[in-house]
Amino acid sequence: MDVIKQPWPWYVAGPLIGLIVPTLLLFGNKTFGVSGALRQVCAACIPANISFFKYDWKKESWNLYFVTGIIIGGFIATYLISTPGLVNINPRTTALLQQEGVKDFSGLLPQDIFSFSQLFTLRGFVFIVLGGFLVGFGTRYAGGCTSGHAIMGISSLQWPSLVATCCFMMGGFIMTWFILPYLLKL
Amino acid sequence: MVGLLFGIILVKSEAISWFRIQEMFRFQSFHMYGIIGSAIFVGIISVQIIKRFKVKTLYNELVVIPVKTFHWGNVYGGLIFGLGWAITGACPGPLFAEIGSGFFVILVTLLSAIAGTWLYGFMKEKLPH
Repeated sequence: MDVIKQPWPWYVAGPLIGLIVPTLLLFGNKTFGVSGALRQVCAACIPANISFFKYDWKKESWNLYFVTGIIIGGFIATYLISTPGLVNINPRTTALLQQEGVKDFSGLLPQDIFSFSQLFTLRGFVFIVLGGFLVGFGTRYAGGCTSGHAIMGISSLQWPSLVATCCFMMGGFIMTWFILPYLLKL
Repeated sequence: MVGLLFGIILVKSEAISWFRIQEMFRFQSFHMYGIIGSAIFVGIISVQIIKRFKVKTLYNELVVIPVKTFHWGNVYGGLIFGLGWAITGACPGPLFAEIGSGFFVILVTLLSAIAGTWLYGFMKEKLPH
């Protein structure tokens, strides 16, 4: 039980995530991908006569159950099988982030950026609202996210997914190295 | 059920942590690369096994994987998502897991991501693909 309560190493978590690919395929030809669920929500709630959202979303409703599962899984993992503590990141990352203005290192997310009290500050707005917007817009434009392209796409050897994944990383590097230090100072 | 396990793995591996994503983009840890890399490795082997041995689904159907055709959205959208990924420290899967972990403010991020998806659908025809 103690081993489960500790954070899991990459060589346990990674292969388990990889096994989701064949599991979903064998459960009736479902392809792993999370961002599609965001489109489903749009199609179900606010289709607004846009052709991109006019399809039979009920047929694909399994991925709404899938993301509901992720929420419940997140709850179980955090409240039942974890011992709270800080994330054991590289001290150099901590030092760099401190220099750039991050103060709270006590949890999975820095509370001095991601909290309701920060939401109405400029910095909070950029990190909480604008960041999410870029994630939603970008993944749909790219046709998938880390699960759909990087894991499912590359697993089935589709080169457009490899291109997309490289672009995800490029965008991330550009943001982290050249833009984020300024955003943290807002 | 599979989603539930995915949520647990995401939390237990700290892949939902903003700090882990920062570490990854600064090349200061192998952790996230290990997770994604080994997931892809296991995924490739599984898909190859399914194809070679023509493994059928539980409902006795052939496994069909939809072909992804390249369009420039893979590049432009990919870059935009990358920018957002480094800000929020989360891709869509972890957003859901963070909400389950009690970070309710991320509900706002999720709604914003849904708004972003909607705006893409709204202006799809006008974007270069």
